[in-house]
This record gives sequence, C-alpha cells and structure tokens, in this order.
Amino acid sequence: MELTTVWFVAIAVLWLGYFVLEGFDYGVGVLLPVVGRNDAERQTMLNTIGPVWDANEVWLITAGGATFAAFPEWYASLFSGFYIPLLLILLALIVRGVGIEYRTKHDDKRWERRWDAAIVVGSFVPALLWGVAFANLVRGVKLDSRHEYVGTFWDLLNPYALLGGLATLTLSVTHGAVFLALKTKGDISRRAAAVGLKAGAVAAVAGAAFLVWTQLTRGDLVTWILGAVVALSFVLGLGALARRRQGWAFLLSAVAIGMTVIWLFTVMYPNVMPSTINPAYSLTVENAAATDKTLGIMTWVAVFFLPLVLIYQGWTYWVFRHRISTS
Amino acid sequence: MDPLDLARWQFGITTVYHFLFVPVTIGLSLLVAILNTVWVRTGKVAYLRATKFWGTLFLINFAMGVVTGIVQEFQFGMNWSSYSRFVGDIFGAPLALEALLAFFLESTFLGLWLFGWNRLPKLVHLACIWLVAIGTTLSAYFILAANSFMQWPVGFKVDGRAELVDFGEVLTNKVLLAAFPHTIVGSWLSGGAILMAVSAWHVARKRDLDVFRPCLRLGAVVVVLGAFGTLVTGDVLGKVMTQTQPMKMAAAEALYQTEQPAPFSLFTIGTLSGTEPVFQVTIPGVLSQLATGSFDGKVHGINDIQAEYQKRFGPGDYRPFIPVAYWGFRLMIGFGMLAALVALAVLWLTRKGGIRGSGWMWSVAVWSVALPFLAHSFGWIFTEMARQPWIVFSQMKTADGVSPSVGGGTVLTSLIVFTALYGALALVELGLMIKYGRKTPPSPEDEEPGESGQESFAY
Repeated sequence: MELTTVWFVAIAVLWLGYFVLEGFDYGVGVLLPVVGRNDAERQTMLNTIGPVWDANEVWLITAGGATFAAFPEWYASLFSGFYIPLLLILLALIVRGVGIEYRTKHDDKRWERRWDAAIVVGSFVPALLWGVAFANLVRGVKLDSRHEYVGTFWDLLNPYALLGGLATLTLSVTHGAVFLALKTKGDISRRAAAVGLKAGAVAAVAGAAFLVWTQLTRGDLVTWILGAVVALSFVLGLGALARRRQGWAFLLSAVAIGMTVIWLFTVMYPNVMPSTINPAYSLTVENAAATDKTLGIMTWVAVFFLPLVLIYQGWTYWVFRHRISTS
Repeated sequence: MDPLDLARWQFGITTVYHFLFVPVTIGLSLLVAILNTVWVRTGKVAYLRATKFWGTLFLINFAMGVVTGIVQEFQFGMNWSSYSRFVGDIFGAPLALEALLAFFLESTFLGLWLFGWNRLPKLVHLACIWLVAIGTTLSAYFILAANSFMQWPVGFKVDGRAELVDFGEVLTNKVLLAAFPHTIVGSWLSGGAILMAVSAWHVARKRDLDVFRPCLRLGAVVVVLGAFGTLVTGDVLGKVMTQTQPMKMAAAEALYQTEQPAPFSLFTIGTLSGTEPVFQVTIPGVLSQLATGSFDGKVHGINDIQAEYQKRFGPGDYRPFIPVAYWGFRLMIGFGMLAALVALAVLWLTRKGGIRGSGWMWSVAVWSVALPFLAHSFGWIFTEMARQPWIVFSQMKTADGVSPSVGGGTVLTSLIVFTALYGALALVELGLMIKYGRKTPPSPEDEEPGESGQESFAY
C-alpha cells in the first residue's frame, strides 16, 4: 500500500476513535437536562464520563496534528476554509471542558445551571458541526487552483451538509444515551434507555436519509455494503437496548459510529477535499500529502505508540467499569 | 482591518494566555507527584492532605490548559494556512507526536489519578501522577521542537515547500536543546511560586502548619532552584541565539553599532531608536559575556546585521520592533530574579523551624505569585517578537504566512470572541484558585467525591 493511503487510513482511524469515544461524551452532555432530573443526577451523569472525556478528546487533537503532518495541504485548506464552524467548535469545546471540571467547584445553583448550559451547548455544537464539516468534505467545496476555499460560511450550510450534521448529532445523542443506560443504575439508567430509543428512531431516519442521498450521488458497491453494515449494526443496537442488553447495545452503537466513519472515508477516497469549481483543483491523498520521508517516520511512531495508547486507555475503561448511582 | 495584524494579535493573545497555564501544569504536576511520593513512603497524613490540596489546584489549572491548547493547534490552519502549507511536512510531525505520546499519557493517567484513589493500589495510583508529570514535560519537548524550527530551521530542504531531510536534526536542533531545559526549569519556577504563595497565605494565619510549612519551604526551594536554572539555561540559550539569530540579541540590547566589548544596560530612558539615550545605566562587557561567553567578545549591532541581511535576503527591513525586544528581555529576567529574592527571604524567615516576619512580608510572598507568570509572558513575547519579520527565520516572512482567503472581518470576529471569552474565564479561574487556595486541606476521613461505593459491573 502507498504511504499516502496508509495515512489516509490512519487519519480515518483517529477520527473513528474520536467519534466513537467522544461521541458518547457529547451525547451525555446534550442529554444532561433531558435525563437528569436534579443536580445530583446530572452530576452522576457527568461522573460516567469524568475519568475518560479528556483522553477521548485527545483523539481529536491527534487527528488534527496527524492531518497537519501527513496531509499539510488538507489541514491548511480545511482549517482556513471551514473557519467559522471550527471557531464555533473551539468555543464549544472550551466552555464544555471548563464546565465539566468547574461545575461542582462552587456551591451555588446559578453557577451550576450556567455551567450545565455550557456543557449542553458545548456538546451539541461539535456533535452537529463535525457532521456538517464531513458532509461538505464528501460533497465537495469551492476550492480554487491554490487549494484555498473561496466559498462562504453559508455555502457550508447546504441541505446535504445539514442533514449530515443532524445524523452525527442524533447518532451521538443515541450513543450517549446507551452509554448512560449502561453505566448508571435505577431511574437514570431506565430514563436514558427510553430516551435512547426515541433518539435512535430519529437517528435512524436522519442517518438513513443521509446514507441513501450519499450513496445515490457518489456510492458504489463497496460503500453500499459498508452503509448496510452501519444500518444493520445500528438497528441491532437499538434492538439490544429495547431488550435491556445494554452491553451489546453499546458495542453495536459503537460499531455503527465507527463504521459510519469508515463508510464516509471510503466514499471520499481518493479525494480528501474535492473542488466543486474544477475537479482538477481537488485535494487528493496524493497532492495533499507530506513527503514519504515524513510519512515513513510517522508510520513507525504510530505502529509502536497507537497500540500502546489503546492498551492503557482500554485499561482505564476496565478500572472504571462499574455502574454508578447518585447515592 | 489588515488580517495579518489581526491574526498576529490573536496568536499573541491566545498563546501568551495558554502559556499562563502550561508552566503550572508542568511544575505543579511534578510537585504533586513528589508530595504524593513522600506520603506513600512516609505515611504522614500531612503529605496526603497536601497532595489532595495541590491536586485540586492543579486540576483547576489543567482544565484551562487543555481547552486553550486545542485553539493553538487549530489556529495554525485557520489563520496561517500559507505557513501551514509551507512547513507542514516538518512542523506537523512534532504536533502529532505531542498528541500521541504526551497528551494521551497525561489526560488518561490524570483521569485515573483523580478518580482512582479508591480503585487502584497505592503504588499504581502513585505511578499515574508521575506519568502525568512525564507527559506534561514530554509535550513541552515536542512543541518546542516545532517552535525551534521557526527560530532556527534545520534538517530540511526547500522544494516549493520546506521538506524533511533529517528528523533527528529537527529533534536535536541546538535551539531546542537550550530552549527545552530553559522552559522546564522556568515551569518549576511557576509551580514552586504557587506552592510558596498559597502556603504563605496559610502560614501567615498559622493555619494547618503541618501541611503548609513544609509546602512553603518546598515551594521556596523550587523557586530558587528554578530561578537559578533559568539563569544557567538562559545563558546557554542566549549564546545559541547569538549564533543563530544575532539580530535578536542586538535587539535585546538595542545595540545599533557593532561593539567590542559590548556593555549591557540595566535600563534606558530614551527612544531606543539608536539616538543618544536621555539616561542609561550600563555594565561594561556584560552583553559580550551574555552573547559570546567572553567579556571582550564582539557583538554585532542592528545596523550591520540589517545591511548583511539585505545582501543575503534582498531589500527589506529585517529589524524587529526594538522597544518590545529590549524591555521584554529585561522584564523576563527581572521578574524571574525578583521571584527568587522573595523565595530566599521566605527561606530566611522560616529558618530553623521558626516562622518570623511581619504581615506585610507575608503579603509580599503571596503577591509574588504573579512574578513568574510575568517573566514567562515577557520571555515569549521577546523571543517571538524579536524573530520578526520572520515566521520561519531566513525562510518565510510572517506577512507571507497568513491565510490568503480569510478576511479581516472573520479574523476580527474570532479575535474579539477569544479575547472576551478568555478574559471572562481568567476571572473564573482566578476566583476558583483563590477560593480553593484558601480552603483547609481535606482530611483523610473526607469522602472522595465522584464515584460512590456500591459496586456492580457495567461491562
């Protein structure tokens, strides 16, 4: 395999890690006022992600850094082109991260409610906007001959991209609800499961619409198969949730989200940022890539350290494997 | 509005702000790890209470460091896309390595340490905070590798863009080898100053002396060591800087004419524009010593270097904004040394097991917490501003690095939003640091917040 393809796959893996792990963090955040009836319940919900959310977010930082290193042109065009959405995501991540750590640090109802609002908005915005961003990457954007984005912010909010955003948002919310059902006891767990089924129904419709729209415009047999795996695992996951098999439900919703990332990247390949002005201006794995020298060094580092990260991060989930409750 | 100026202001504001939290993360994680180790080895409850007390302050600070750090990684692409295209082949790898090797380590094991008090064996739990400390230090190495390439690019060739030739050279850049220890000991200075100042507040009120007296002295010792360390490493860095970026050293002294030997001015009243100053206090030969290691060494002046660079790089102005370089350099050193003086006074006041000194002295010790932060800020402002007009020295000018397709209004919006949000969060963070800094350290009987006792398995 070409090193450029290896790194296209590696970037996909990093985004996969981010969406699967931080996906449920965002879901928990969005559901804070929906599932949590009182302050103690909301704190219990946040405690389910307390030990892990920060490390989950590092998948995003790694994806960003690795894109910079492996595909500098992609990094430059994407980050300068999607300026306003990324600014909104950054602001969301700032208030959300601070909110999670600070909400209990001051005994005052108004203080807690404000940080709760920050966590809800801060979880909602990235879950939505990453979907908008990736849908635009699949659809193509106005890139000129210098690979500079010359469209506007509003061009990014086209119906297809908004549908993509709705799909990632509802998928995250469902994933978060399943995680909450799995990690808590009693009322919170029951309520989370019920919400998960409702959110899952919306996600199924939005996701299916986005999937079919994508497939009809640029799909092939391989991506149809991948898309089918996404749909199947998601529906099976909801079925497991309905039958109170929460471990299976979480595993299947994680598979559904992971497969969504694989499906999206496969649809995109070999483009990484197609131009709607002229296909010749598109960024591909070839013309966006770093040198083989850089990619080779990064490959060795990733081969050695990524499994190590997976091992110790996996161990964290084992240490905090217990269900928690408000008592 | 010119997007270039706005993008520079945004980078300056967000970076200086981010670096208020970074040195505390590096310094305090080490100190918490040390206190935790002392507790594990001696079993003295005071050290357990100290570990938990400083752990809370560490966490309040860490959250801010994390969220402001993401902005740093994104803003290269957002505001500096031409720069990113040019250097990505070299500059991106340290950023990716920083995330993969350092950020995963510190965030994962901090989560384990914070929530794992009752879940992990004591030694495993202790290892977690050490891994956090190692991770924070490692992250400094990688990000400074990236920054050092901007100061002194090595291990590359230019073929339309900068392309990697030797990654080993990038990771052993002589600027990096000097800047990394300088940054680390500087961070100890900050961590020590927080320990010292907060402890001083309690000691002045005779509260929890079993916890805060040892912490006060530990903090003061670390401040003195950190200040001494920054002097030694700063001296090495200054000589490397003179070799690699002579304009920066000339700007640091506002030295327009080449001199041998060159004096160092403690301060100047005047314009620093090369005209005769109104008033100046100078020490002969000291700039020569700082720059070359010899009291009668030759130091090149701004005008000569400007003329040489015009020959080398073509017509243009290669002089940074001199007053910022001149004063930044002095304020960095001055604030750092002032912190050391306060720490020495604290050690003197607490000698032989006593606690002496009057109220105002302890107030000074408390307020001195600001000194290392001022020193860090001026240090970064100096080293980045005095590199101008280059974004990558000798290879790319800052004006050529900015995103060509991002308008002034867009950058202005993000500049305003970040500044406002950062300002508000600074108040919140400071309020919490003061509130938790004044609290009584938790006793071992206190229930660990977070997860409750009842066990059942989720998976």
